[in-house]
Amino acid sequence: MKRLLKGGRVVDPANGIDGIRDVLIDGDRIARVGADLPADGATVIEIPDGLVICPGFIDMHVHLREPGQEHKETIATGTASAVAGGFTAVACMPNTSPVNDDANVTTYILDKAKEANLSRVYPIGAVSKGSKGDLLADIADLRKAGCVAITDDGHPVKTALLLRRALEYAGMFGMPVIEHCEDASLKGDGVAHEGYYAASLGLRGMPGACEALGVERGILLSELTGSAFHVAHMSARASLRAVRKGKEAGVRVTCEVAPHHFTLTDEALAAPVAYDTNTKMNPPLREAADRDAMLAGIADGSVDAIATDHAPHHYDEKKVEFDRAPFGIVGLETAVPLSLDRLVHAGRIRLSRLVELLSVNPARILNVPGGTLSAGAPADITIVAPDLKVRIEAARLRSRSKNTPFDGWQLRGGVAATLVGGRPLYVNSETRISL
Amino acid sequence: MSVSVHDVDQQPAVTSLRSKDLLGISDLTPEEITLILDTADAMKEIASRPIKKVPALRGKTVVNLFFEPSTRTRTSFEIAEKRLSADTLNIAIATSSVVKGETLADTAMNLEAMRPDMIVLRHSSSGACHLLSRICRSAIINAGDGMHEHPTQALLDAFTIRERKKQLQGLKVAIIGDLLHSRVLRSNILLLTKMGADVWVCGPPTLMPTDIRRFGVNATTNVEQAVRDANVIMMLRVQLERMEGSYFPSLREYFNVFGMTEARMKLARPDVMIMHPGPMNRGVEIASEVADGPYSVILDQVANGVAVRMAVLYLLAGGAEHEEAA
Repeated sequence: MKRLLKGGRVVDPANGIDGIRDVLIDGDRIARVGADLPADGATVIEIPDGLVICPGFIDMHVHLREPGQEHKETIATGTASAVAGGFTAVACMPNTSPVNDDANVTTYILDKAKEANLSRVYPIGAVSKGSKGDLLADIADLRKAGCVAITDDGHPVKTALLLRRALEYAGMFGMPVIEHCEDASLKGDGVAHEGYYAASLGLRGMPGACEALGVERGILLSELTGSAFHVAHMSARASLRAVRKGKEAGVRVTCEVAPHHFTLTDEALAAPVAYDTNTKMNPPLREAADRDAMLAGIADGSVDAIATDHAPHHYDEKKVEFDRAPFGIVGLETAVPLSLDRLVHAGRIRLSRLVELLSVNPARILNVPGGTLSAGAPADITIVAPDLKVRIEAARLRSRSKNTPFDGWQLRGGVAATLVGGRPLYVNSETRISL
Repeated sequence: MSVSVHDVDQQPAVTSLRSKDLLGISDLTPEEITLILDTADAMKEIASRPIKKVPALRGKTVVNLFFEPSTRTRTSFEIAEKRLSADTLNIAIATSSVVKGETLADTAMNLEAMRPDMIVLRHSSSGACHLLSRICRSAIINAGDGMHEHPTQALLDAFTIRERKKQLQGLKVAIIGDLLHSRVLRSNILLLTKMGADVWVCGPPTLMPTDIRRFGVNATTNVEQAVRDANVIMMLRVQLERMEGSYFPSLREYFNVFGMTEARMKLARPDVMIMHPGPMNRGVEIASEVADGPYSVILDQVANGVAVRMAVLYLLAGGAEHEEAA
């Protein structure tokens, strides 16, 4: 079956395209992108004015919680949340129960993803058995079962030696090591960014230096081993400085920033609701200078990707004292509105740069298909509505968990439709698109 | 009317508190602070009567919910409640039983179902009172939450200072000790700066909160500088377990660098007041000669705690308005 998406603005930075084009889809693949393509038997879909056709967005950092924590999220609910948020693919972190340190777990995840049949799912395996930081996991097995990268996310790899070995070993398969950068001793039992707001609320702090030390460690070891090192959920300005220096020196380092870290600051700990546990995540919301540095890094190209660190938690788990609440917020369904509003409409970046951050670069870093609308590429397409007025409503999120600090936020820009392998899996009824 | 607040020289600018709760000094205006202190003046007189009881809170139920061990504060609240004729009950929950299952929110909702009028909460987590305040209709009184605030302590400290110095405006107050972990510090800084005092804080840099100067205080690690010409010196407790966190090398060294000795006290004004919220570590943050000396008002603080807590309970119950309605 062929479909012709007609008359929309196409932004496909991988092919240098930003203009009105038609997109011909043949089955699950892109057949052709060009001006005024003939229908030639294809079903013609008129794209309403103002919508933009992009290569499918890829969230390279999500927690789908299955197996083991299905009360927070399942692969089915998580991938439903993904397509509703404009993501055609997600890479899921291994800190499930059991940990994805074994090919059987990887296979289980992929089977569940196939059953759900929504967004694509790329499992990320553990660096170490049980993510305990002692022995390497069977990385070749994980690779063979379908893992695209390795990480001990939730924690940093315990020792510099093990991180070195992981980089060397995973480098053999061209897999990046993704690191939750943090010096455990400096973090201590910190629950918030060490700054004025934590001090005034009496919350134990963890400084930006705690993250930057982990970033520096990884960059040095990436340089030593020549392997690809990816900084997860970067939040501190000192980390960005280290990444910039690493890149200048030719080190194979990349980094991602989460929407909450380019939107919020630690001021959110105090207001509008003091001690709101939906402002608790790790790394924490940092001070304005850090948030501004993330924005600058996104604008100047130092930051490679936007990733949500989608971390669903049941409301029971969040309805506790701040220091007892788990870290993390959901992000799949708020990332695109926040990015369009805070980055594109704020004049910091152009839409084509946003597509690099959400699609081109995650595909490149993880070495997975997608990130382009080239002929022959999978027909994974995100159609955005940059001027759509969006109101975030926690209760209406597709994710099983509703832990977001953005409830009630009004933002400019949203998702019109999400196609995975040519199949429209999400269509926003508030836009005039019919697929 | 059983409690007179008309004896004070100046009428306060306000006659009631805006909030149903006392979560912290941060929510109070200077006028509200003055109102509480003035009301406490009247309450203090009750302690000198042969029958130390007034019917102001008759028919009101107050729950003292303590998740941390406390002798002084819990006793002080309980005496204050009983002197106002409230029905009180004490619930002391060891942290271990919380681990067994029930969350703070569930505990609060169960209590709330029995319709108390006020809950006095002491908890080791900062912000625990805010959580309760969002759940409960009852008035929540913060009796100390984590490292955040201990508002009635700051109010009784202010009351004690005002009793001696007549006003807080313009006084140099030096607060010395473990600043980082102290809820007493945070409440006192907020209160004293709101009332126009010149606040100096002093302690080892390892125990200094981030951006402390943004709180509107002078900060120094030099105890002599903090104490010089001070009208009030407030010593904070140094917990022995802080050594394990490498905040300082030894108690002996701590005392040598930051301890309040008679020699250091001589740098202050001749009429200086020495305060301590208790419990004291004699020979660690304060020499016994100073704690027991003529400048010490430490036991006055304890006595005034009852009057100040009576004032807070009375005002949150609706003050004179409630009494008239009854």
